[in-house]
Amino acid sequence: MSVAGIIFSNIHDNNIPELTRNRTMASVPFGCRYRLIDFTLSNMVNSNITNVSVITHYNYQSLMDHIGAGKDWDLARRSGGIKILPPFITAYANNVNSLYTTRLEALKNVNNSISKIPDDYVVLSDCDVICNVDLNDMIKNHIENDADLTIAVKKVKLNKEQAKINVLIDSDENGKIVDVKAYPTSFKGTADINLNIMVVSRKYLQEIVLDSIAHNYTSLTKDVILRNVKRKNYRIYRYDGYFACITSTQDYYKSSMELINDRSIRNQLFGIKDRPVYTKVRNSAPTYYSPDAKVKNSLIADGCEIYGEVENSILFRGTKIGKGTVVKNCILFQDTYTGENVTLNCVIADKNVVIRDNKHLSGDETLPFYLAKGKMI
Amino acid sequence: MYKKKECVAMLLAGGQGSRLYALTEKTAKPAVTFGGKYRIIDFPMSNCVNSGIYTVGVLTQYQPLVLNEYIGNGQPWDLDRMSGGVMVLPPYQGKNGADWYKGTANAIYQNLDFIRRYDPDYVLILSGDHIYKMDYNAMLQAHKSSGADCTIAVLEVPLSEASRFGIMVTDETGKITEFQEKPKNPTSTKASMGIYIFNAKVLEKYLIDDENTPGSSNDFGKNIIPNMLNDGMKMFTYPFDGYWKDVGTISSLWEANMELLGENPKFNVHDKNWRIFSRNYAAPPHYVGDKAFVSDSVISEGCEIYGTVEHSVLSSNVIVEKGAVVKDSVIMSGTVIKAGARVEYAIIDSNSEISEKANVGEPKEHAKGIAVVGSGLIVASNAKIASDAMINNDSIDGVTIIQK
Repeated sequence: MSVAGIIFSNIHDNNIPELTRNRTMASVPFGCRYRLIDFTLSNMVNSNITNVSVITHYNYQSLMDHIGAGKDWDLARRSGGIKILPPFITAYANNVNSLYTTRLEALKNVNNSISKIPDDYVVLSDCDVICNVDLNDMIKNHIENDADLTIAVKKVKLNKEQAKINVLIDSDENGKIVDVKAYPTSFKGTADINLNIMVVSRKYLQEIVLDSIAHNYTSLTKDVILRNVKRKNYRIYRYDGYFACITSTQDYYKSSMELINDRSIRNQLFGIKDRPVYTKVRNSAPTYYSPDAKVKNSLIADGCEIYGEVENSILFRGTKIGKGTVVKNCILFQDTYTGENVTLNCVIADKNVVIRDNKHLSGDETLPFYLAKGKMI
Repeated sequence: MYKKKECVAMLLAGGQGSRLYALTEKTAKPAVTFGGKYRIIDFPMSNCVNSGIYTVGVLTQYQPLVLNEYIGNGQPWDLDRMSGGVMVLPPYQGKNGADWYKGTANAIYQNLDFIRRYDPDYVLILSGDHIYKMDYNAMLQAHKSSGADCTIAVLEVPLSEASRFGIMVTDETGKITEFQEKPKNPTSTKASMGIYIFNAKVLEKYLIDDENTPGSSNDFGKNIIPNMLNDGMKMFTYPFDGYWKDVGTISSLWEANMELLGENPKFNVHDKNWRIFSRNYAAPPHYVGDKAFVSDSVISEGCEIYGTVEHSVLSSNVIVEKGAVVKDSVIMSGTVIKAGARVEYAIIDSNSEISEKANVGEPKEHAKGIAVVGSGLIVASNAKIASDAMINNDSIDGVTIIQK
């Protein structure tokens, strides 16, 4: 039995417009040294899925730069490995509709590649699923239950606002899906939410895609799953580890802060034996703390140089904190530079931001202050 | 098909490093951890790559497993190449029997075939036990423009310390007139750094001659260099004035680690134009806890710090629990310092455990020496390890020192 992976890299881009202005959702930095796609890629690689296609749509230079040849995920392979599937646009066809917006449209667009997948099963995953899940177990579950389609879900308590941005999956006591409620406007309570990780046989996936092309279907949930839910054996796979999906900038900030404040979340993401999270290697030196450095409750990547004070913050690789500078509740991306006597509170600084001496910037936990890539203050 | 290379580097990495005792029990010296995430060999290897030399033979002999595994296919240094790249060269069995590498010169002699494949004009000889950043290409250019047969990199040392080194006496142009191996009364302060560039043909001739000389110690410093000088070959020094450290002893290894610390570290590894490459193991970012105190230290990825770390260098995945104190120490990867334990002026090798309230070493001011704990050992709770103790597998007594 062999399994291939397909990752949607542009899904949910408009959730965090600031961070995805110059990049795909897949290449949004998260957790000190990772990009969101690292979690999905690592899940696949750790489950021996080594034939991975990444479907892109737009803005994907940063993603290609991050992935390179796939070496850092052990996906630089003679056969299989990682492959980027850019939009397939022909010179002749009417291209008005060729830039897809949904997963199903994306799949229709790469129909050609799907038909060439040699593997028996396919795992479809969004790029913004922050979790460490054993896909092998999910695939095993799929095969044992003779399922047509298996969707990973997690049981969570939702308020009305949270329900509105989730797809809820109803299943019977055997785990067979009976109904799907997409973005319900008036739901409150406990429900299984769709984690956007799916297992399907390559044959059935091909059938879905060809059918969708023939009937011009656009939505995987509405046009495929809901239409067939009674006839087909669609099942859930319940995952109960840590899971986060970024739905807004505030949410991004909140999920980042959770990483600092909750040791068990870090353990569920990074501490599982034999399931490390891989990312692009940058060969930064280990982090240097000067004699005057003061650091509390923070996550810090390699390559930082700390001369000042850091509290409740996340420092990405190559960040420099100047003398007398105080950084609190901040997320500072790769190579952020702060001069001397700067104070920062609730700031998200994108890559290569420079903050000169004696500047004071503050946002709020509910509305972090965002500094765009390369800004100089 | 082998492409011709202008320069091939040969890295001598077979040394046992017996003066590092517990740290080299199961590891060759070049594979000893340094500066958090590095191994000693990362420095010459990165220097090669940063200098544009992409054909490197690594000569191994003593305890090669860790070193071989670490080098692998050379990918971390960009040395997985279609032509050239890194090649591990262990001693081998030949038609006329098998020989260990008898000396530095013999090691290269046994691998002349490797060098010949690339038909190089120059051969760069390096050793795998020094910490420094150096542009070998600049040295090669100097070698070419002086028209020398051999160029030796030298470092100015204080006259009082000159007797520990191989000393080069030169004329004003840098041409070597005399070589003194560890002289009692040195007349120059130019110490050999063990970095040589030879014209390939000259090197080959001298290696073959040396091999045919009975009683030779087959050593560059003792035989090849003096022989060439006696024959009147053109030999030049290449002055180097950056940071360079031989980390052959426990105290110099400790010192070199400490030189990464302070307000203005003596040795800077943060230079983005001269990156030091190393093999990475996908560790998460390091976490510094709420009650933790970290100052004047180097901390690598995967560490979790809940206690106090002062003036220390921590490799990846080190855990310092609540109330534990680490001071003036070097802690290698995967080691756990349990709650309330105290580690001062010590080197603790990888994957060891210092149990609750144990004491390793003493404050630097009144310590007799550096306490060393080897890898994979457990120091029992409340145990006390003396300041100059050398704890290795032989020290396991099941009471204070337990096998993991």
